[in-house]
Amino acid sequence: MPYLIRRLLQMAFVLWAVATIVFLMFRLMPGDPSAAFIDPTFTVEQQQAVRAQFGLDRPLPQQYLIYLGNLLHGEFGLSFRQRQPVLGMVLEVLPNTLLLTLTALLIAYAFGTLLGALMAWKRGGRFEAISVPLVLTTRAAPEFWVGMVMLAIFAFGLGWLPSGGANVAGAQYASEWDRILSLDYLRHLALPALTLAIYLQGLPALLMRSSMLEVMREEFVTMARMKGLPERTIMLRHAARNALLPLVTAFALGFGQSVGGNVVVENVFSWPGLGRLLAEAIANSDYPLAQCAFLLIALVLVLMNFLADLLYGLLDPRVAHGRG
Amino acid sequence: MDVAEARAAPAVAALPIRRRRGAWAAFARHLLRDPYALIGISIYAIFVVVGLTAPWLAPYDPMEILFTADGGLAASLPPSADHWLGTTNLGRDIVSQLVMGTQPSLIVGLSAAVAVASIGTVVGLLAGYFGGAVDQVLMRVTDIVLGLPFLPFVIVVTALLGPELQNIVFAVAVLLWPNAARVIRSQVLTLSQRQFVEAARVTGAGEWRILFVHVAPSVLPFSALYGAFAVGWAILTQASIAFLGFGDSSAISWGTMLQDAYASQALDRGQYFWFLPAGFCIVLVVLAGFLVSRGYEDLLFPKLRDDT
Repeated sequence: MPYLIRRLLQMAFVLWAVATIVFLMFRLMPGDPSAAFIDPTFTVEQQQAVRAQFGLDRPLPQQYLIYLGNLLHGEFGLSFRQRQPVLGMVLEVLPNTLLLTLTALLIAYAFGTLLGALMAWKRGGRFEAISVPLVLTTRAAPEFWVGMVMLAIFAFGLGWLPSGGANVAGAQYASEWDRILSLDYLRHLALPALTLAIYLQGLPALLMRSSMLEVMREEFVTMARMKGLPERTIMLRHAARNALLPLVTAFALGFGQSVGGNVVVENVFSWPGLGRLLAEAIANSDYPLAQCAFLLIALVLVLMNFLADLLYGLLDPRVAHGRG
Repeated sequence: MDVAEARAAPAVAALPIRRRRGAWAAFARHLLRDPYALIGISIYAIFVVVGLTAPWLAPYDPMEILFTADGGLAASLPPSADHWLGTTNLGRDIVSQLVMGTQPSLIVGLSAAVAVASIGTVVGLLAGYFGGAVDQVLMRVTDIVLGLPFLPFVIVVTALLGPELQNIVFAVAVLLWPNAARVIRSQVLTLSQRQFVEAARVTGAGEWRILFVHVAPSVLPFSALYGAFAVGWAILTQASIAFLGFGDSSAISWGTMLQDAYASQALDRGQYFWFLPAGFCIVLVVLAGFLVSRGYEDLLFPKLRDDT
């Protein structure tokens, strides 16, 4: 079977498995999912009608099949609290999460790649002795705490940047694009993106460092040296360019993981994104909303894992496409 | 018993033991030679001592609301001789909270390490040694787990099972064991081809005996490494869950301290003594794990070594 088709089938399997796990988890949640729609004044018949409407009067396997069918049709149900389709609520905040993730990743990878290349170049010196433990420290720091320190310094202490949200309350914009492209949005985006980037840059930095060190041992680098090319040219033109390959897949993987990992940062900065929506929905026992947000985060993750796998195979000819 | 077998037998008996000693001795040598690893171990040691003696070290009950000499609430006091890091906005002693907060972090970190290392080792051994269906199932389960978003999954699990520490450990272990199992599986695959396993087989050792007596000791250092990784992840996860408000609010931890500080506008009022120390403690404990495992990783995976 061709590699691509096998990989697609594998992805479909993972999506099905994740959807099933989500079904089981949310079905086991404490409380009656229809309780939010039942008024104490309802008659028994009315209550049963509500249950039937949600399919809750049927046996579990049948509920499961209905659930899978609904997912395939893009039906995610109604929010317990807002009484509107959850899919719309989730899609409304999705751009905020994607923008935050992308901005943070771009900053992190630009900075991390440079840092990693420098660490490899200046190997064994004082620069490396300081930067490696420093990078490890950023990876050990809880993101929400880094965010708190950022808020205390830049929002409350110096008053340079806003302390939360994505736009000034009550601001009106002609379109979604106007809102996102406004300076106000950028000012709100700065601190959460920077907080995430501080955490995210560690991986590309360490990856780039070891990848560079590996490339620097290869023959073509020795060859370039023998040709008498200046060290800077060797490092930039030859070593760094080839060492970048593993970072491409790491970027895709990082994107998938970050969309779900944003939960804490979005909460610290009240950033109206998927993670914040998920945390709020669970705190409010709004399970259809939480379920939809979770499924969307998982979908992005699975798609990005798939993409990373494809890129890995495409970029590195040493990887045979026959692996399982 | 013919001559060949008689000569093979003592060698077989000695080899795994020597290998096991070799692995642990290498680990000990690594600790002594690598200054980072020594720093990491020292940080661990200090926190373990603090965690064990916390009830005696803490000057006050961390939840007790304190009053000043004139009867007023000892709220938001700056650091002083009585309260080294000051008090919270409800008049609780911050040093006492910090000291007591060591316990949940260590409990979560260590139990997650044990859970990840033991499940990962057993499944990795079985999958690598017997292959076939076990191997296939392990691979598919790993794929599924990689499709579960980490923190959202832990949040849903705590909402489902309750905010107690063991549920956080359970969720973290569910997500992390497949990594360990996969690495141990590939180690077992190469080990099974080695001569000492072959020799054991020739002398008539049973499959289970070969697996647990001859192969298992050689993969234990890898189990230890993945256990060490799990410590940091589990501590960060527990702190995040507590910060998001899904943790056990009745138990003091660094995460609940930070959540309390955040919700009580400590950032707004610039009470750095309230929210900086708890964060530093988390950084130190997680960093200690990185420092110990980093050099050790190079030791176990020589291919990744970059000191040439």
